[in-house]
Amino acid sequence: MFHKGTDRFYLPVLVSIASVYVGLIVLLLGADVFYMIDSALKSAEQGASWLETLKQHPIVTSLAKEEIRYAIQLTLFSCTASALLAVIVGVPAGYLLSRKQMPFWRVADVLMDIPIVLPPLVIGLSLLILFQYWPFTIELPGGKRLNTLIVYQVPAVILAQFTVATAFSVRTMKVAFDKLSPRCEQVALTLGCSRFQSFFRVVLPEVCNGIFSAGTIAWARSLGEFGPLLIFAGATRRKTEVLSTTVFLELSIGNLSAAVAVSLYMVAAAVVTLLCIRHWETKMYGNEHSS
Amino acid sequence: MTIGSGAFRREHLSLDVPAGSYCVIMGKTGCGKTTFLETVCGLKSPLAGTLFIGDCDLTTAPPRERNIGYVPQDASLFKTMSVFANIAFPLSIRKYSREAIQERVSTIAEKMEIKQLLQRTPHGLSGGETKRVALARALVFEPHILCLDEPLSALDAVTHSAICSLLVNLKTSLPTTAIIVTHNLTEAKQLGDSIIQF
Repeated sequence: MFHKGTDRFYLPVLVSIASVYVGLIVLLLGADVFYMIDSALKSAEQGASWLETLKQHPIVTSLAKEEIRYAIQLTLFSCTASALLAVIVGVPAGYLLSRKQMPFWRVADVLMDIPIVLPPLVIGLSLLILFQYWPFTIELPGGKRLNTLIVYQVPAVILAQFTVATAFSVRTMKVAFDKLSPRCEQVALTLGCSRFQSFFRVVLPEVCNGIFSAGTIAWARSLGEFGPLLIFAGATRRKTEVLSTTVFLELSIGNLSAAVAVSLYMVAAAVVTLLCIRHWETKMYGNEHSS
Repeated sequence: MTIGSGAFRREHLSLDVPAGSYCVIMGKTGCGKTTFLETVCGLKSPLAGTLFIGDCDLTTAPPRERNIGYVPQDASLFKTMSVFANIAFPLSIRKYSREAIQERVSTIAEKMEIKQLLQRTPHGLSGGETKRVALARALVFEPHILCLDEPLSALDAVTHSAICSLLVNLKTSLPTTAIIVTHNLTEAKQLGDSIIQF
């Protein structure tokens, strides 16, 4: 179908196709930045210095809003908590899936991928339904039911983020364990280790970069979570509001500048997180992926 | 004994290795040599039969209770540890004192001619150096049995000859029972007191 002479078009054709998507992402981010600069210039008073213009900029003024500051704090807390939990679960789960030592591992493998493919709203709805039943309806000593302490509260934010982020953490850890030959831990066993000693003293240090990568990916996923939060934790200001819900809330009251400003915070956080992920991946896979 | 791994199965294996002797196992690829070594080390359970070391029935004992030094084909050094930490690993697991670890590692490193490598990481070691370190790690805790899976494979001629001489010298300097897997008849004749064809 293709003649030898067409080889000179090989790279240009592939690059052109890939560039369409890269260009779309650059335009998306550029549009946000342009909107912020444009709105700042329009709203700035005539003859105002650049410092005054900057002070009036939505990126700066939005930080003064109590709700947004609360959302930033809760986002940092909940993302870190859910990422830590995702790693604590992801390490053993990824190991068992990689070594195929989990009972019914094929079923477990599919089940652990479900949060990745399930529509986010459905995850939130499923969590909400789950917490209507026993044992979450148990009455606690104070007279309150257990689910009232979780649903539409801060724990719901963490739980919703954890549900999705863990699936990514498990996947990342499985890849890290796949890369590690089981021979190392077998040798450790013959050298006098118990299974636990072999796991903690030999296996875990070898997949250290994978653990950091899984934690960073889980953190990034938690940052972008919105659907399950809206359903399961609600979007109550200064209660269960995180940055992704702030964008929604600010938009719903017509405050586009604040919504875009918060979006840009999230873009900055996402870029930093991605750089971290690339760093750990390069360490984990060497130049194979980085070059 | 019957051994197996996945769909592979090998029946009616009977082997008696006298204490202090070197037994070399030869055979075609896929005949079960490595599976046999792994079964002896306790990494795989035999499908049937028993395994005795001396008078002790160790058929179901976990690897750590067998006191067997195992060097797999790829040596499997721990990449996150220095050469010293690799060799000291079985001693630190057995909670030896720092002085005892230092002394034992130093002695074995001298025997293996790797004293100059102790502070390095396994990353930049040559094939021959890697094999020496793996041997040192397997011998440092004075195991009853040494299991070597193709210890001379993938080495250049000079290194091959050097490691071969080292193993021959070990017979006298560190008397231990050894089960060695190889494809090479010349190696088998040099190293083995007995040769078993699988």
